[in-house]
Amino acid sequence: MKVTIDGQEIHVEPGTTILQAARMIGGESVPPAMCYYSKLKGSGGKCRCCLVEVSKGSDANPTPMPKLVASCVTGVMDGMEVKSITSERVIDARKSVTEFLLINHPLDCPICDQAGECDLQNLSFKHGSANTRFIEEKRTYEPENIGDKIQLHMNRCILCYRCVMVADQLTDGRVHGVLNRGDHSQISTYISEAINNEFSGNMIDVCPVGALTDKTFRFKQRVWFNKPYNAHRDCDKCCGKTTLWMFGNEIQRVTARKDEYHEVEDFICNECRFEHKKVEDWVIEGPRKFEKDSVINQNNYTRKIEKVTLETEKQILLGREQDRKKISMKAVPLKKEEEEIFKEGNI
Amino acid sequence: MEVSNIKQVINIDERLTARINELLSHYPEDKKKSALLPVLHEVQDAHDNWLSVELQDRVAEILGIQPIEVYEVVTFYTMFNQQPIGKYMFEFCRTSCCAVRGAEDLMEYTCTKLGVKEGEVTPDGMFRVVGVECLGACGYAPMMQLGDYYKEHLTKEKIDAIIEDCRAGKVDLHKQAITE
Amino acid sequence: MGQKILLEHANVPGIKTYEVYRQHGGYRSVEKALKSMTPDEVVEEVKTSGLRGRGGAGFPTGMKWSFIDKKSGKPRHLVCNADESEPGTFKDRYLMEYIPHLLIEGMITSSYALGCNLSYIYIRGEYMWVFRILETAIKEAYAAGWLGKNILGTGYDLDLYVHCGAGAYICGEETALIESLEGKRGNPRIKPPFPAVSGLWANPTVVNNVESIAAVPWIVNNTGAEYAKIGIGRSTGTKLISASGHCKNPGVYEIELGLSVDEFMNSDEYLGGMMDDRPLKALVPGGSSVPILPANLIFKTAEGNDRLMTYESLSEGGFATGSMLGSGGFIVYNDTTCIVRNTWNFSRFYHHESCGQCSPCREGTGWLEKVLHRIENGHGREEDIELLWDIQRKIEGNTICPLGDAAAWPVAAAIRHFRDEFEYHVRFPEKIKNKDHFVAEPFEKVKHLVAKQEVI
Repeated sequence: MKVTIDGQEIHVEPGTTILQAARMIGGESVPPAMCYYSKLKGSGGKCRCCLVEVSKGSDANPTPMPKLVASCVTGVMDGMEVKSITSERVIDARKSVTEFLLINHPLDCPICDQAGECDLQNLSFKHGSANTRFIEEKRTYEPENIGDKIQLHMNRCILCYRCVMVADQLTDGRVHGVLNRGDHSQISTYISEAINNEFSGNMIDVCPVGALTDKTFRFKQRVWFNKPYNAHRDCDKCCGKTTLWMFGNEIQRVTARKDEYHEVEDFICNECRFEHKKVEDWVIEGPRKFEKDSVINQNNYTRKIEKVTLETEKQILLGREQDRKKISMKAVPLKKEEEEIFKEGNI
Repeated sequence: MEVSNIKQVINIDERLTARINELLSHYPEDKKKSALLPVLHEVQDAHDNWLSVELQDRVAEILGIQPIEVYEVVTFYTMFNQQPIGKYMFEFCRTSCCAVRGAEDLMEYTCTKLGVKEGEVTPDGMFRVVGVECLGACGYAPMMQLGDYYKEHLTKEKIDAIIEDCRAGKVDLHKQAITE
Repeated sequence: MGQKILLEHANVPGIKTYEVYRQHGGYRSVEKALKSMTPDEVVEEVKTSGLRGRGGAGFPTGMKWSFIDKKSGKPRHLVCNADESEPGTFKDRYLMEYIPHLLIEGMITSSYALGCNLSYIYIRGEYMWVFRILETAIKEAYAAGWLGKNILGTGYDLDLYVHCGAGAYICGEETALIESLEGKRGNPRIKPPFPAVSGLWANPTVVNNVESIAAVPWIVNNTGAEYAKIGIGRSTGTKLISASGHCKNPGVYEIELGLSVDEFMNSDEYLGGMMDDRPLKALVPGGSSVPILPANLIFKTAEGNDRLMTYESLSEGGFATGSMLGSGGFIVYNDTTCIVRNTWNFSRFYHHESCGQCSPCREGTGWLEKVLHRIENGHGREEDIELLWDIQRKIEGNTICPLGDAAAWPVAAAIRHFRDEFEYHVRFPEKIKNKDHFVAEPFEKVKHLVAKQEVI
């Protein structure tokens, strides 16, 4: 089947969704996805971040679809034409959804362990506004203890349902779910029960925001100060392939290996995640690479780092050329063509 | 989550079991979960109109599902009460059509008369007044739901009479003959 | 006097019971369909009748039936949507309460047409006494041989049960209703797949409104062509209208589609004009989610045509100057009504009823309510009106199910037609402190305060 996304053509198998096709193409046209998770059956369709415009239904029926569709749950048709970032409606919808997701979000990134690897942060960076129009009081929830391994911060949750699907599809006997209704919906066990199951830790990895974080890693480190390594061990429960998040010689956190869409390559068991924090438990394969715009690269030690020469006197007003561009200092205006390049902000 | 830890006496007697089995027979053998809503209604009616965690766990057991599946449902639907609600709960509809016909004033009158705020139970555990959304009696406004029945075209006098009837034990919430 | 199809026998004493219902010609359509018609012939009749879904969307019933997947060989189900919860709508309740057997007869005939052997009526939990009435009526129908195995010796089997909800407007959305019927939270499903392919327990399923199903017996008895003769154009047959608000005679009326709004509103046969003869200010013609109409667009359309009770006429002018027939919840407002307060009231309803599954609706409905509540209570800001407009615009069309649209439309229409009332609330917070501010001082009297100043 032939599908065209933002003018880029690709041939895919029947049954492929628009989002999957876009991911095959890659690049800027890939819609953001906060709830869809290719490894979880039935996920997707809820966050509405990945809405796209279908400007031509198919060769057989070229009528455009009147509404924007969720690309993660809409299958491609032969000859379909899709607009992602080339559609103003789509960009507008993404901005809207971002705003909706943020109005009740605590915006506590400075103290959130997810910061730096948070999909909501990335989404806001791309589609969010610097101002808020929401002047009402934000919604909050009573904290609930769900055990000594997983930390639940309900205030940050965007109700993607991924963790519920993990519990349904990976563990036997789900004990948590989505309770209550509407904007009071919440992830909870209802009876403050510990979620203890061999695979429950995967809830942390699938959580797109900081609602479910690793309690054993809590407040230990900003993720961009960690050095991530691929490592493995013989495990009789899971694949044993993980990413170790090191600080010096200390393993501060173990996660599954995540791809560029932040989906795990393979789910891992709680033993690998929580019980093996000694370097000798693991065979370390080498540094793990991240996509180029990830903040985790701040601490990128795989790249050759330029030597910094301090020329304070000379640059005290201007600053270094590369820094000046990064932060678009207003007092030192950019050249016209530079402005074009850095129009998007401090990227 | 706010979960009541008040102890509830659970009594799933023969009549209730028979009724549950009747409801279960309405769905295919392997789709027992479908009976969850009707079963919860029956069980709640038989237990002072509320569902404790223990009672919800019993329902899960009867239907052969995980307790969380029951909790998810109980917290979604407004008719399932997770704590004791008082013997007589006056549920005033306050959506547009009732509101423009004086529902808000009438509800205030009832609250004042009973000396409670919305949502509170009277100290004797008899009454509770709550505002709810559209009950589908818009043409007969103002109105309220009391147990399984609707009280429509309400006036202050009618409210007074209903409160009297409740106090005198003349109101049956679930088994009243259908005459209205 | 219009023709009565559904409520013809509504006032016959004892019509609730099987015997009386049967004496008045009840269950004839089942006999006729099962003994002398093929299922496809029944579907054809319904198609010919032009009957449109009476739940609100107005999708042709016969066409909906023809989509049901018969090829897969899976069991099929018919589910009747009796989860009537749209504010302003109480017609199905009337029908089920007074003539329960009509719905059961319709369910049998329709199930036969669709080839279903197991069907359900999903009724909202608050209608508990109606649930009991239906349970009793179904038992009577079983006893009389209209349900069960080998009905009328034709070899057709049908089991019919009534299932009760428990307080959730969203379960009126067909896929949420199916989820609820499966014993789950009423979260609407992502479509496709549509219920006609994968519905109840992943089997092909048709979900129809009570009133649509109740019209089927008459269509089978009298032919679809006869039904299509009633009404105007694509609005065929009769429609139950639930009237409420400030009209003289609120209640449920069966009208022939095509009746003028003026006649329905003012003739003594129907609403008899306004309560206490106060002036009419606004009308919501089809349940809370359809756009509100200001007085000048009620009896005449913007084009100057008579406004009729039809799908087409009520929506003439689009959302700019029209509305929708919707579910037929006809809510009348007089000059004491505060449109801002009423819009807040509707918003509170949708906020309360949002299932919380998709972000625009979950977050947006709450936001709308909060802003409207502020304006209504004298804490509005001038920019809040634009903000409301923008929020509703961002919800509409971006959600999983139509609840998002339903929450957005009333806000949009209120701002579109009554913007000056919003401005009045924002600019004169002292004047609107009392919730009944328009009772003593209707808006007409203070309108000049927010009128645009002309520079001469």
